[in-house]
Amino acid sequence: MTIAAKFEIEYLQYLDAEGKQVRDDLPEFAKDLGHMVELYKLMLSTRVFDAKSIALQRTGKLGTYASCLGHEAAHVGIGSAMKPEDVYAPSYREYGAQLYRGVQPREVYMYWGGDERGNDYQKEPARHDFAWSVPIATQCLHAAGSALAFKIRGEKRVAVCTIGDGGSSKGDFYGAINIAGAQNLPLVAVIVNNQWAISVPRKIQSGAPTLAQKGIAAGLFSIQVDGNDIIAVRKAMEDALERARSGKGGSVLELVTYRLGDHTTADDARRYRGEQEVKDGWEKEPMKRLRNWLVGKKVWDDAKEEAWKAECDEWMDNEVNAYLETKTQPVSAMFDYIFAEVPADLAKQRDYVLSLESKGH
Amino acid sequence: MAQITLIEAVTQALAYEMAHDDSVMVLGEDVGVNGGVFRATQGLQEKFGELRVLDTPLDETTIAGVTVGLAVQGMKPVAEAQFEGFIYPMMEQIACHAARMRNRTRGRLTVPAVFRAPWGGGIRAPEHHSEANEHLFTNIPGLRVVMPSSPARAYGLLLAAIRDPDPVMFFEPKRIYRQYKEEVPDDGEALPLDVCFVLRDGTDVTLVTWGAQVKEALEAADELAAQGISAEVIDVATLTPLDFDTIAESVQKTGRCVIVHEAPKTAGFGAEIAARLAEECMYDLLAPVERVTGFDTHIPLFRLEMKYMPSVERVVDAAKRTLAAS
Repeated sequence: MTIAAKFEIEYLQYLDAEGKQVRDDLPEFAKDLGHMVELYKLMLSTRVFDAKSIALQRTGKLGTYASCLGHEAAHVGIGSAMKPEDVYAPSYREYGAQLYRGVQPREVYMYWGGDERGNDYQKEPARHDFAWSVPIATQCLHAAGSALAFKIRGEKRVAVCTIGDGGSSKGDFYGAINIAGAQNLPLVAVIVNNQWAISVPRKIQSGAPTLAQKGIAAGLFSIQVDGNDIIAVRKAMEDALERARSGKGGSVLELVTYRLGDHTTADDARRYRGEQEVKDGWEKEPMKRLRNWLVGKKVWDDAKEEAWKAECDEWMDNEVNAYLETKTQPVSAMFDYIFAEVPADLAKQRDYVLSLESKGH
Repeated sequence: MAQITLIEAVTQALAYEMAHDDSVMVLGEDVGVNGGVFRATQGLQEKFGELRVLDTPLDETTIAGVTVGLAVQGMKPVAEAQFEGFIYPMMEQIACHAARMRNRTRGRLTVPAVFRAPWGGGIRAPEHHSEANEHLFTNIPGLRVVMPSSPARAYGLLLAAIRDPDPVMFFEPKRIYRQYKEEVPDDGEALPLDVCFVLRDGTDVTLVTWGAQVKEALEAADELAAQGISAEVIDVATLTPLDFDTIAESVQKTGRCVIVHEAPKTAGFGAEIAARLAEECMYDLLAPVERVTGFDTHIPLFRLEMKYMPSVERVVDAAKRTLAAS
């Protein structure tokens, strides 16, 4: 028998579910315990933020909201590995990555609270990132196009996109990794495999044993990572970004995690998955293992946890207030951003709506 | 000065803009060495290199989505759909992202891109190579829909489309790609994207059309003139945003209007113009508005396709009906 090609998919993990180190070769960043504490703090603030968002929705102060509960290591790992000049194209629940890059909680609230200004991220580097992409996996091609622009202009920048396990079924994902392979583009496509695409489980999403191996077909470096282990996520991301930045091509990362919450606040996951599975998910969740590890290193304790939680609560309350105090946009805002300048024909419709306003309609 | 065809005018505009603006690039299937299946990008890869004249993988979704990403990063990509009938996989990227990026980010991110496609039937092409579906795009907010009908307008409108800060659908009527030549100075002069072109003055009836049907409309106007009827011919050219004022002024003068287009009749863009005439010019009309269009069928394979297309005879008949009515 002649073998035309042979492949394997590495699985990367440093911390097990209890926070026990399963390998000794810690990456450099993980030896900086101060930095690891910072990552933990952002994971915790992401979780506090998420709980606050759901509370806002349940009390009628937010529209439908997509929770990130359980994804904190994956998301913060992605965001913290990227350089400011890189570009991020998220789907719609990667707040941990986005907060790291300067998206403000109030902007998230604005978006899910029915206001386009939530997409107008004010702070760099988020300001040059893409906004949330609701049509599944479409953002992968925006990242590929960005990576192509960087290559054409000779810029040492990388485009990163995230999709879910469901998103990895879509043509846009395949198209993006395909052109990244064909043109050697600086693209890092991260599949955050949280096991559920709303109600459709991973096992009937794809027959592939790993989702990472989809990248092999495109000629990209491909790896599966424990997505609840931030050390593994961050390490895999750093390596992928470095390869891309130095012209060695794109990567597909599969971060294996678990969606602990509903798909969105409009979903009820009890309809399609059992309690035991969710309990198992909580056993492997990302906060506990990092906390145990940091406590073992004597750089974190209950008092610090409570103090940081209190700070987060104050931060989020401040953000919620800023959001709730925002005035609704004037009705003309509906027309102002359709084109660079409002065309004469569209201006007639705007003026009509404004005339209704002046009559108090 | 050399006389050039419509398709050569497309090439001339692309070459001009690429030479004067490093951010302009073209991408699509077979646009590189092959110069495009209609030769729209002939010679460009030699001049501008393999990255700025990029042969993409064979996936229209990829072309459209990558175009959005390029444009957001400050490139001015001109994407080619090889045929209008292959544009459907691009529609999600065009409608959900290209057309709404500016609006949904309150102007933070924009998509200064052009999506070109050889449009329409009448060249005895295989199935899926003859579609006229501009109306699917005229209903999408945030898009400009442009269709040239002469070499000079192809050159000037394509330059304007590339320079426009928002996404433009640029549909090229391939039946008239090589219909005739005219002098088109390569002077970089763009045409406006917000006015209709009055191609022929008349007093009795207004023929409103765009794309390849401009040919039939002008021939019908000749025929009508021979019968003593004076027809004004308007090439809408920039369908959306629509310059309705030019159409209204003409109809206020003639009192009669025949709308001619190749796409199916129901909910075609002609329906929008007819509705606007009813809303804004009702009392100027001396006769019901007529529409001469393709039918609500798929364009037939080519043995029958010319039976589907608006013909000079159908346009002349419709114009005469409007005169008979008043």
